[in-house]
Amino acid sequence: MRRYHSAVWDEPIIFEMGQAGQRGHLVPEVEDQIKAATGTATSLLPASMRRKRPPKLPELSESEVLTHYMHLSQMNFGYDSGIVAGVGTCTMKYSPKVNEQMCRMPQFADLHPFQDEDTVQGVLEIMYRVCMWLEEITGMDEVNLLGGGGAHGVFTNVCMMRAYHKYTGELEERTEVIVPLLSHPCNPSAAATAGFKVITLEHDEETGCPDLEAVKAAASRHTACMMLTDPYDTGVFDKNVEEYVKIIHDVGGLVLLDQANANSILGVARAGDLGADMCQVNLHKSFSSPHGSDGPGSGPVGVKEKFRKFLPVPSVEFDGKKYRLDYDIPHTIGKTRSFLGNIQCALRAYAWILALGAEGIRDVAEVAVINNNYMIKKLSNVRGLSLPYAKGHHRMQETRFSWEQLKKDTGLGASDLNVRIADFGVANCFLSHHPWVVPEPMTPEPTESISKADIDRFCEIIHQLSHEAYTNPEIIRTAPHNCAVSRIDMSPTEDFKKIALTWNAFLKKKSRKRNDN
Amino acid sequence: MVTKHVIHPYIPNSAPEIKQAMLGEIGVQNVDELYADIPKKFLMKRRLNLPRPSSECKVRNHVTSLLSKNKSFQDMPSFLGAGCWPHHVPAVCDEIIGRGEFLTAYTGDTYVDLGRFQAIFEFQSMIGELVGLDAVSWPMYDWATVCGEAARMASRITGRYEILVPKTISPERLSTMNNYCSGIIELKSVDYDRDTGQLDLEDLKSKISTKTAAVYVENPSYLGFIESQGREISDIAHDRGALSIVGVEPLSLGILTPPGEYRADIVIGEGQSLGVHMNYGGGVMGILACRDEERFVAEMPTLLLTITTTKQEGEYGFSWWALPKRLHYESRERGKSFAGTNATLWGISAAVYMALLGPQGIRELGEAIIQKSHYAMKQISGISGIKAPVFDSAHFEEFTVNFDRTGKAVRKVNKALLKLGIQGGKDITKEFPELGRSALYCVTEVHTKDQIDRLCGALKSVVRRR
Repeated sequence: MRRYHSAVWDEPIIFEMGQAGQRGHLVPEVEDQIKAATGTATSLLPASMRRKRPPKLPELSESEVLTHYMHLSQMNFGYDSGIVAGVGTCTMKYSPKVNEQMCRMPQFADLHPFQDEDTVQGVLEIMYRVCMWLEEITGMDEVNLLGGGGAHGVFTNVCMMRAYHKYTGELEERTEVIVPLLSHPCNPSAAATAGFKVITLEHDEETGCPDLEAVKAAASRHTACMMLTDPYDTGVFDKNVEEYVKIIHDVGGLVLLDQANANSILGVARAGDLGADMCQVNLHKSFSSPHGSDGPGSGPVGVKEKFRKFLPVPSVEFDGKKYRLDYDIPHTIGKTRSFLGNIQCALRAYAWILALGAEGIRDVAEVAVINNNYMIKKLSNVRGLSLPYAKGHHRMQETRFSWEQLKKDTGLGASDLNVRIADFGVANCFLSHHPWVVPEPMTPEPTESISKADIDRFCEIIHQLSHEAYTNPEIIRTAPHNCAVSRIDMSPTEDFKKIALTWNAFLKKKSRKRNDN
Repeated sequence: MVTKHVIHPYIPNSAPEIKQAMLGEIGVQNVDELYADIPKKFLMKRRLNLPRPSSECKVRNHVTSLLSKNKSFQDMPSFLGAGCWPHHVPAVCDEIIGRGEFLTAYTGDTYVDLGRFQAIFEFQSMIGELVGLDAVSWPMYDWATVCGEAARMASRITGRYEILVPKTISPERLSTMNNYCSGIIELKSVDYDRDTGQLDLEDLKSKISTKTAAVYVENPSYLGFIESQGREISDIAHDRGALSIVGVEPLSLGILTPPGEYRADIVIGEGQSLGVHMNYGGGVMGILACRDEERFVAEMPTLLLTITTTKQEGEYGFSWWALPKRLHYESRERGKSFAGTNATLWGISAAVYMALLGPQGIRELGEAIIQKSHYAMKQISGISGIKAPVFDSAHFEEFTVNFDRTGKAVRKVNKALLKLGIQGGKDITKEFPELGRSALYCVTEVHTKDQIDRLCGALKSVVRRR
């Protein structure tokens, strides 16, 4: 086992640093003629709106600020830092460096979304083509880039679905949205946000998929849509999708397909062919845009022809000579956020697709699936670990395992191991969204970017965790040992009185506590 | 034609011999067996209609040649704002968010991603200082979506279902709010004073009722003027048991009174101005802050990052899972929001930016912006037939320019300016028909006196032309 220790900087909170009067940045000069013409800034403000006390921001020199945040970055673990094979549902893959260079060019980074179309023909061409390519990859008729993340794309689809039922005059009757329990929680919550009643579908314990009879029972003239996920976060591909689509369409509902997990089926199968009316893909997952420590991401939506008229504005159009933004969509839902979307993610996706080409894209999917099933094989003999659902079936992009047996045997569960794993210099695993229908879950996803050697090393670490749980549980109970910080007190998370979301709140609560004692 | 299979640098195991060895270990002949669960009729029988693979060099040449067709505000003075602003981004901001450890991390967890937790805690703390409230959320999608979230939050807190919004609100933000509120919360518009742009307090008083969950105002407003009745508006809201929500451009708060001081309960805004490039509109980040009281914090819709302690005396730790039952991650459809992957990288950039500016820098920056924008208004207003601003109020950064007396449409003025190498302000003729032929101009610290004077010269020649 290779040795590892995180950087430990014991870095103070920035408010504890610096000295009064220090400067980290000089702002551009205001020319004397301007000052003479306008008078002081204070004289331009109404008395009620003049700030009386300056904000208590830190006072540091430029290089001190740089070093502080450099230290913080060194206590962070990105895909670039080492093995990130455990973070299922997130499709952690390599984000090509050349794409970062291009995103940072002023001809992209310093563009304004409302510039005259003549001055942005290059970026509009990229947007137009990436939409076309995403249409080809998903099998949908039109793609729009506004969605600011996967969940935001899902919500945008729900808004279009709502607009469609309003358009047909059935919205008052169609109040229900059917969602499998194994879908990402953004699906039921997006439906609830849009005012729908959520009907949750349980799944069959053997297949890991909803029962066809249950779908039939749930579908009715009140069904607005079914929000499918395929493949699931368990890695199981639901082969009944065609039947679901038929059942839902027969009662006049729509089918929204969450394609956050598209990585395993790129070039292999398409949401449009599976019968989806709407879908979203995540450019920060399958299409290599970096995850940015939790965004900005991008969740373009794709729709079938019939729903084009509900898309958010604008769409990118091309008349053979010139690209333009069309804000004139007859029954548009308008905006679900400002401007055009996180176009830097679309730019990266464009470059990524271009680099891989058709055969490379197909290779992405195939190797992701090979990697995952290879990992399953390597982990099949880990003591205390099991693979629920769909016995004898292969998994797609990721796998949900269970440490239930290990927990019974040793008292240590998925959360305990997930602290200890960080001691080995790999990212921790994704466990599962709630509820934990798989007891003590763990959901790794070794995407196509992970080498065989790294999968082997990751699996060796999982074996080691199990071994430790049975032979030396104390080392897990007292973990972490090699991280930037020791065991954290998580008790404040449930108690408002102990929560401090800002330094100021922290200081106030601390002094209040001191006074109480 | 038989083409040689490309072993792609992004896919380590794509070499045929490695693939075959792994398939062998799995115990299958070929990859098709792994796809056995996908019904045959859905398996693609053809290759995707996409280009052939390209080398890095070719990709870079192609994409940069496309990008070189664009003109950024570095190539041409631009006076566009409307909620996405050209500001100088310090080199240190770009350096830090270019670090792979931040750029390529994701949800992570407490122990592996301590660094970004501390950076975001510092972001939250500094935002709290700017807005004058002690509870601040993890970064969100953008100002528009936070408008929707704040409306829903206010509704949950008060148990009421109407939000009063100013008629001067950004149309894109209003449209987004509608999508967030449709069928649940009714948005009612409050008029403004035609001379000053200020919220019409009489109209507000006539519309507010015990059904009102909150009164929302923007400061500075979408149209650039400073709303100076913040305190009166908050008081009117509170008198009827409603909340006061204020939307801000945070950079203005180096010189403007923090909304917390005029009794705002919830403050929201657009964080792009805090050290993030415009990115063609992709540089946006939503800000949400509220009173540090349980009835507010318990209704916040987002991830909440709290500082905590560790078993080591004097050491700080963090958890971003405060009050987890609020989240859809824990409670599915009973969660307060659906929001997932947000705009955290921009939050890190904003932390660096605020730390660099410090209390002096942020004040001086506010002063530079207000002086330069007022200078521009003054000079533009001196041009025969043009009025700037439309409203008799103090402005910050953005202002309206009216062309009615020139007889020229804003669209035509802008096309003529473009020929002279200048991008004019946003045409708001359709958005605000009552303001006639008007445009929304933006002047920040990056604009020089020369650029403003050049704009004025160009405008003069454009409006004189027949």
